[in-house]
Amino acid sequence: MAELLEFIHGFGGDLFGGLWPLVWTVVKIGILLAPVMFGVTYLTYAERRVIGAMQIRVGPNRIGIFGLLQPLADAVKLFFKETVLPSKIDRPVFLIAPVLTMAPALVCWAVIPFSPELVLSDINVGVLFILAISSLGAYGILMSGWASNSRYAFLGSMRSAAQMVSYEVSMGFTLIPVIMLAGSLNLGDIVESQKDMWNMIPLFPMFIIYFISVVAETNRAPFDLPEAEAELVAGFITEYSAMASGMFFMGEYANLILVSAMGSIMFLGGWLPPLEILGFIPGLIWLALKICFLLFVFLWIRATFPRYRYDQLMRLGWKVFLPFSLFWVFLTGAVLHLTGLA
Amino acid sequence: MGMNIKDLIGSFALKELVTGLSVTLKYMFKPNITVQYPEERIPVSPRFRGEHVLRRDDQGEERCVACKLCEAACPAQAIYIEIDTKSTAEKRLTRVYDIDNGKCIYCGYCQEACPVDAIVLGPNVEFCSETRAGLLYDKDKLLANGERWKTEIDANLKADAKYR
Repeated sequence: MAELLEFIHGFGGDLFGGLWPLVWTVVKIGILLAPVMFGVTYLTYAERRVIGAMQIRVGPNRIGIFGLLQPLADAVKLFFKETVLPSKIDRPVFLIAPVLTMAPALVCWAVIPFSPELVLSDINVGVLFILAISSLGAYGILMSGWASNSRYAFLGSMRSAAQMVSYEVSMGFTLIPVIMLAGSLNLGDIVESQKDMWNMIPLFPMFIIYFISVVAETNRAPFDLPEAEAELVAGFITEYSAMASGMFFMGEYANLILVSAMGSIMFLGGWLPPLEILGFIPGLIWLALKICFLLFVFLWIRATFPRYRYDQLMRLGWKVFLPFSLFWVFLTGAVLHLTGLA
Repeated sequence: MGMNIKDLIGSFALKELVTGLSVTLKYMFKPNITVQYPEERIPVSPRFRGEHVLRRDDQGEERCVACKLCEAACPAQAIYIEIDTKSTAEKRLTRVYDIDNGKCIYCGYCQEACPVDAIVLGPNVEFCSETRAGLLYDKDKLLANGERWKTEIDANLKADAKYR
C-alpha cells in the first residue's frame, strides 16, 4: 500500500510538477465524494421503494431492472429542465443558497473515519468540526427563504432555522456523554473506545434522542415542517426549479447519510464488528451496513409517523430533549467520577 | 390528564412509536396490491359503460331504426342523428349517426332508451385521442366498433339480461 502510494506520488510529481499537491487533493476529494454522491442518488431510489413496500405498493420499477436506473432518469430530467429565476429575487443570494446547503454536508465527510487507516484528515477535533460545519447548512436554507422573496419560502426557512437551532442544542448534548466516555474528540479514538461495548448500550436513551434530533435537524418527516406541503407548498424550495431544487434535495440526502455515519461512529461502534468472530469482514463494510441500517430507520420513520405541529416540535426540543440530555450528561459525569473511570 | 402510571411509563419507553413502527414493518413484507396496468388489469363489470358501439343483427343489418330516442335521452346532447329519407329499405335507417365523445358523459341513457339494443356502451376504455376530431365518432366508426367488440358485448348483454 505504502509503495503504491509512493509510486503514485512519484508519477504524479513527474506529470504535474508543482501542481501535484493540488491535483492530489482533488483526486482525494473525488475518491471520497464519488461513493457519497452514489449513495445520495440511490438513497432516493431506496426511499421510494421502501416507503412503497410499507404502503403495500410497488414504487418505481419501470426504468431498468427493478427500476434501478430511475435515479439516473431523474437526474437527466433535472439537468435538462430550465432553472426559472423569478424577477423579484435577490439573484446572487438565490443562486448561492443551494450550494451552501449542499456543500457543508459534503465537507463533513473529510473527517469521517471509514476504518483505522482510511480517513481523509485525522484531526483531533473531529466531532467539533462536524458540528460546526453541519450548522452552516442552516444558512443556505435561511438565504434561500430570504432571497426567494416569497411568503411560503420565507415562512419555511424561518421554521427551518428555528428548528435546526433548537435541535442542534440537544444533539450536541447527546454527543457529550460519548466524548466523556472516550475522553477524546477524535472520531477514530471514539470508535476505538467502543471496543468492549458499543456506546449504544450504556447510552441507549442518548442514542434515541440523538436519532430523533437528527431527524429534526435534517428536516425529515415527521419534522419536515419547513417544507410542509399542505401549508407551505414546498417551503424554502418553493421558488426553485430544476437542478437548483435538485441541489437542495441532494443536500438533504447527503446530510441524511452524514448523520447516519455520525450515529454509527458515535453510538454503533463505527467500523468495529458486532462480534469478535466476525472480524474477518473489513471494517468498511461494517460501517456501510450500520449506515444503511440507520438510513432504513429514517425511511421507516417517514413511512410511519404523521407530521408534528410546530409548537409540539418546539416543546419536544426545549422541554423534553434538552433537560433530559443535560441530565444524562450529569449522570455520565457522576458515574465516571464515582467509578474512577475518568 | 387522563393518563395513568402505566401509560406514562409506556410513553417514556416510546411504546406508541414502537407500535406504529411495527405496523409499517409488518406491511412491508406483505404482498403489494398494485395492479400494474398495461400488463395486469382488474376485472370489468358487464354493466361497464365505455366506448360506444352500434350493433348489427344476425343478418348483418343495422339494428338502429332511427327512432331518435337516444338523441332525446342524451343529457349532454352528444348524439346527432339524421334519418335516411331516400332509403327504399323496409325499415327506417339513419343517414348520419354522430357521437361527440368529448361531450359524452358515459351515463348510458342512450343504451337504456334504445328499443332495439342498437347502441351499447362497450367495455373498451382505451380510445383516447390527441385531437378533438379524434373523439368525433361517425356511423362507420361506431359500426366498426360493434364488429370489433361483438363477442364481449354479446356476452355482457346476456349476463345482464335478467336484470333488465
